[in-house]
Amino acid sequence: MIASLSPFALELGWGTTMAIKTLVVLAIIPAGALILGYVFLLKIMSHMQSRLGPMDPGGFHGWYQLVGDGLKFLQKEDVMPAKADRRVFAAAPAVVVLSTFLVFAVIPMGPDLVVKNLDVGVFYALAVSSLSVIGVLMAGWASANKFALLGALRAAAQLIAYELPLLLAVVGVVIQAGTMSLQGIVFSQQNGEIFGWDFIGNPFILTQFVGFALFLVAAQAELTQTPFDMPVAESELVSGYMVEYTGFRFLFFFIGEFGTAFGFAALAATLFLGGWSIPGVDGDWANILGPFVLFAKLMLVAFLMFWVRFTYPRLREDQLQALAWKFLIPIGFANILVTGALKVAF
Amino acid sequence: MTEFYRNYLAVAVLIGAALLMVGAMLGAGRLIRPTRPQPEKYVTYESGSDPVAGWGQSNVRYFIYALLFLMFDVEAVFIFPWAVSLDPVVVNGTTVGGLGVFGVVEMTVFILLLALGLVYAWRKGVLRWA
Repeated sequence: MIASLSPFALELGWGTTMAIKTLVVLAIIPAGALILGYVFLLKIMSHMQSRLGPMDPGGFHGWYQLVGDGLKFLQKEDVMPAKADRRVFAAAPAVVVLSTFLVFAVIPMGPDLVVKNLDVGVFYALAVSSLSVIGVLMAGWASANKFALLGALRAAAQLIAYELPLLLAVVGVVIQAGTMSLQGIVFSQQNGEIFGWDFIGNPFILTQFVGFALFLVAAQAELTQTPFDMPVAESELVSGYMVEYTGFRFLFFFIGEFGTAFGFAALAATLFLGGWSIPGVDGDWANILGPFVLFAKLMLVAFLMFWVRFTYPRLREDQLQALAWKFLIPIGFANILVTGALKVAF
Repeated sequence: MTEFYRNYLAVAVLIGAALLMVGAMLGAGRLIRPTRPQPEKYVTYESGSDPVAGWGQSNVRYFIYALLFLMFDVEAVFIFPWAVSLDPVVVNGTTVGGLGVFGVVEMTVFILLLALGLVYAWRKGVLRWA
């Protein structure tokens, strides 16, 4: 397959294109984690809770703090508990990071800017994002620590319980778009119309707002962010499954968490807010502006998610499970049936 | 190699790249970080007190949640293909899908049957913590 980006008249082979795309994805994940960590964790969270956050490192509002924090991990001693299952313990962070990486393979940033526009796009993205459960269970089990195991079990139960509302929320979008390819979903929002009025297309947030709300709540739980942070509850479990990890292995969990937050925000922006498309921009300009448009929409979604994170107290384990099974999943089913019926009726 | 396999070859390339990055970062860390082994460092961390031998207990409910999940997750595999075949699409010259009203009725029956499973579990008190 030849990638064509006509303003630059580039004609590259499969290998070269793939190499460039891989490098871009490699750069996006730590960069995305840093941006979310800096903007939301260090700055907006601090301001919402009436404090300044770090101000000194790097000069301008302490922008260097997070980079410094990351580099610090590089020179930390690698401590592996004597009782740990060494190989599994070492592999667990890699599994978590891997699941984050693979999500970015299908997220389109422009008409031609996507690593691979798989036919089963959304399905693939949700499937690989749930791989992280395996990494979490591996970490908790291999640590041979009671707190880690408790945290891992809580995390696994939570991740699988909220996996379902996430899937069900997406089905509504898939029904409306008639395709699972993320690129196809963006196009159907771009070319859609609302009662014959097609100036802004049909961003699915308007017709699938139930799905959008479900998706955000479920994504919040998948990211183990407050109010769904039972698995890493610092005050009881001292970070749950990560408790025995030090140095760079610990950092991988951090990158995994914020990288996945970036990925889920991008997915939500693509599925419900029209992704890279913006009214009135087409063709080559869409390729150039697309990444910026997607980034703006993504930050908007991420702001919502982090706003909730900084505002609400933690749910109890049984409340957390009850919310998923008794409310979100039945609502998700009802949403699918209503969307299907309306799709057939109109 | 067909286009289909080529698409997934890209996924394989990404897996390789991710593992390479993890390896490179850990390798760089190995060169930089200090190693000063002391037996105390390798003791299981239990908030500073001496670790108690044996495993802690964990709630059997986690297993039941896993069973419930299995039921619904397998079902999601059926819902996705259904979701894209409500409207007719042309694949390689042949029209497929177009389930229309029939599809919606069938899916309603299917989902109601599964919801019955959830209601059963609910009534059994699986979702309630004693």
